[in-house]
Amino acid sequence: MKKYTYYPGCSVKGTAKSYEDSLLAVFRELNLHLEELPDWNCCGATFYMSIDEVTSFTLSARNLSLAEQYDRDVVAPCSACYLVLLKTQDYIKRYPQIREKVDAALTAANLTYKGSVKIRHPLEVLLNDIGLGELKNRVKKPLRSFKIAAYYGCQLVRPFMVFDDPSYPETMDSLMETLGAEAIDYPVKTRCCGGSLMGTMEDVGMRLNYILLNEAHKRGANCIVTVCPLCQFNLEAYQKKIIKKYNGVPEIPVFYFTQLVGLALGISEKELGLGRSIVSPDSLVESLSVVQATAP
Amino acid sequence: MQTHRKVKYEAELDPSFTKWVSTVPGGERIRECFQCGTCSSICPLSVYMDISPRRLIAMADAGFKEEVLSSFTIWLCASCYSCSVNCPKDIKITDIMYGLKRRAIEEGIFPSRHFAIPILAKAFANMVRKNGRATESRLVVSLAWRVSLFRLLNMAPLGIKLLLRGRLSFKKEKIQNKQEIQTMLKALEANR
Repeated sequence: MKKYTYYPGCSVKGTAKSYEDSLLAVFRELNLHLEELPDWNCCGATFYMSIDEVTSFTLSARNLSLAEQYDRDVVAPCSACYLVLLKTQDYIKRYPQIREKVDAALTAANLTYKGSVKIRHPLEVLLNDIGLGELKNRVKKPLRSFKIAAYYGCQLVRPFMVFDDPSYPETMDSLMETLGAEAIDYPVKTRCCGGSLMGTMEDVGMRLNYILLNEAHKRGANCIVTVCPLCQFNLEAYQKKIIKKYNGVPEIPVFYFTQLVGLALGISEKELGLGRSIVSPDSLVESLSVVQATAP
Repeated sequence: MQTHRKVKYEAELDPSFTKWVSTVPGGERIRECFQCGTCSSICPLSVYMDISPRRLIAMADAGFKEEVLSSFTIWLCASCYSCSVNCPKDIKITDIMYGLKRRAIEEGIFPSRHFAIPILAKAFANMVRKNGRATESRLVVSLAWRVSLFRLLNMAPLGIKLLLRGRLSFKKEKIQNKQEIQTMLKALEANR
């Protein structure tokens, strides 16, 4: 059994609870063990970087330092956390003046960070540690009725581009096709959802997300698949409000990629947190079993 | 006929600002910008900005301190890094935007009073400093309190749906070893 250190971040314990539900269920099913990092702190997300850069890196370095005690890769499902951890490693390597301050702060708290931790996203773990071939063999319910728009957002692919293209990534599309779904062409797949602007400048946030919803609808998708808590929240929780403001877009369920992997592997809807959805995925999920019954 | 000058004379610019912006980590190559406009064309927020990213970079480099720091542009940047990865001169525009936000907060220069974005950023940072973690629900309430209570009313229906689905809780998230964070912050303060 392969073991990883799990860095959840604040969102998957709150508004993105179903991301955690489905991530844990899928990893369990695939015999990948996630051990939550004890006493992890917030990564600082995009906000802390606007207040104080060195403090932001120091907070992140505490997590890296705690994780370094274990000889395991760190899995960070939230795109903001994933980016901040990678950025911290990058900056303390490239800027000695930052490294010096971060190190002094860690030392004051009896911590050290040598720099050996590998940060990974669960999408990349599924692709590289399990592989599409193995996943295909394990599919119990192919997602034949799913026409998905794979939406990657920004921070998973930019600026670090660890495992996919920064403008036109394809890994999630291939994963979905392996599960039996059809991935539609979705040119806005890395166009920003506005992140926290939905909370601060709602009119701007609504418009950005309307563009993403409308494009998915126009191109024939019957659901959107995401990798990030904030993207999913903006696209799903605000969807009814967006539809009301801009006519002509029907409701469209917005999943975490782990929820669809779980469905294809035959994990129950409850374990995948589908009941936490605001835009109901029920009719699409029910069509799944119909396809099963009529399949040869 | 009286003509009105719309452009500043060079003598009115702030050369120390030019110098400072090239010391922001990621901004080292700002002088090399040849104004191609890739950043403005690829930015999904540029249509909402008062100064386009291309223009802002030129203005920051030329020393238009007041104009740059009081712009909406720096706050509308959602850190999607599209400009940074596509800049042919490898200028880390997103990191420059972060640097400008920090400088604006330091100097207390904002596009308007009760402007929500820096208020939320500060509330978030305070929460993480104090508790080690962020509680989304409490952040929303504290923002509404400082900006407009009407927002809270506006958000209540969604809040209730999230509560019912176990996606929202008012329980304060915190780490065990808060002292460790305090010690690190103090060390940073002493080392400033």
